[in-house]
Amino acid sequence: MGVINRYFPLVLLVGAWEAASRTGLVDPSVLPSFSSVAIALWHMLIDPDLYHNAAASMVRLIGGLGLAVPVGVALGIGMARSNAVRTIINPLVQAIYPMPKSALIPVMIMWLGLGQAAKIALIFLGCLLPIVLSAYNAARGVDLVLIWSAQNAGASRGELLREIILPAAMPEILAGIRTALALSFVLLVSAEFLMARDGLGYMIAFLGEGGVYNSMFAAVIIVTALGFFADRLYLAFMRRVLVWRE
Amino acid sequence: MAASKTTIWARLLHAVSSVASLVVALLAWEILARAHVVSAFLLPRLSDVLVRIFTDSLSGQLFVDTGLTVWRSLAGFAFAGVFGVLIGLMLTRNWLVRWFFDPILSVGLPAPKIAFLPVFILWFGLFDTAKILMAGFAAIFPVIAASAAGAAGVDKFLVWSARSAGASERQVLGEIILPAALPEILTALQVALPICLIVTIVSEMTMGGDGLGASMLNAARFADSVGVFSGIVEVAITGIVLIKLLELVRRRLLRWHQETQ
Repeated sequence: MGVINRYFPLVLLVGAWEAASRTGLVDPSVLPSFSSVAIALWHMLIDPDLYHNAAASMVRLIGGLGLAVPVGVALGIGMARSNAVRTIINPLVQAIYPMPKSALIPVMIMWLGLGQAAKIALIFLGCLLPIVLSAYNAARGVDLVLIWSAQNAGASRGELLREIILPAAMPEILAGIRTALALSFVLLVSAEFLMARDGLGYMIAFLGEGGVYNSMFAAVIIVTALGFFADRLYLAFMRRVLVWRE
Repeated sequence: MAASKTTIWARLLHAVSSVASLVVALLAWEILARAHVVSAFLLPRLSDVLVRIFTDSLSGQLFVDTGLTVWRSLAGFAFAGVFGVLIGLMLTRNWLVRWFFDPILSVGLPAPKIAFLPVFILWFGLFDTAKILMAGFAAIFPVIAASAAGAAGVDKFLVWSARSAGASERQVLGEIILPAALPEILTALQVALPICLIVTIVSEMTMGGDGLGASMLNAARFADSVGVFSGIVEVAITGIVLIKLLELVRRRLLRWHQETQ
């Protein structure tokens, strides 16, 4: 009941949408009625085509993020723990971090063409810096007393990293990865608009260019829902990992 | 004297070391390109890229593209800032607004708003309106959420004492709640600005109509790698300048706040 009550405004919104297009308040060619979008959504969901495109998108997302997380965390902690690494990496990170990541799309097209590698590399590079910075800030913020007492107790470098630094830095690192997750969806969809022959972003653009607007709206709803549930899933995972903190 | 000298040297050393690797990376770029380790198509010389930026500035195209991208991003940013703060403040003051926007916010905040790009093209065409509104729509959600959280976190006693001193609701909003929520609002604006830049550039790439994004994608289509890389340099500098400017604005607006002391 609580969930229904909470999300009731969305139902109202959908009702208003349907009413507006039925009464002719808005042109159905600009905003197809919700019922026609719902029917298109149903047809889409029973068509294996959707799952091919979704699978292509997921491979890119998981490939890019799966590379960015370990590399980013390692670089960030390395920057916090070693002066040499910091002197080399930090100026590069500071110079590149403010760059709008979508500007990498044309470079990736030139370097890697239109294949899978270009999108994975784009998501990897785009998500790398937020993760590096959050891991760096997190590891830098670890209580020095904790580190000293572990060293005093004879902890090796590996033990120090595993037992003290990683757990203490974990909340901030996980928050940084959440930001990267949202960014990865943006880069994925943008890249698929511009340089793909499959994937969910390609589907939206293709349907839009073809003028099949009810299906286009259905695909937009699918991508929005996917982004929302990916975030919810990640939050649940985060809470599970950090359960020892409470 | 000796002490001040060492601090000068220490500062100088720090300044050098803080850019050294960037300079080395740029030099390595030039040397790699000159040595033909990678083909000139994949990695044009940095010097060629700088020359291109210079000739583009002589022809004026550089300023047209940069100006359009900055204008579109900042217009979207202003849209997100003004309406985001307004909606956010209303959320804390009116339960009906809160009830209505809460689920929209919780779905909209994590969703990839860029997926709506073809919808904005359908509704608003291919020109500035669509690009600006797309950027504003993508960036407004964090601003709403942070303004609401900031306003909700304002010390009740401040509000009560202002009211008992006879402040009108407008004065309470303008002189108590808005300043107290300002640090959080500014943090959200600092999240919103890069979003506006990212989205504007993608819009320009998809819709064309000049701007840095459009010119970069054109260059990529014509296999003009010098053009693509000069675009990257221009976009990077534009991003840094805008983001640093916003940091300055933050410091200026929060001069009274303890974070700048």
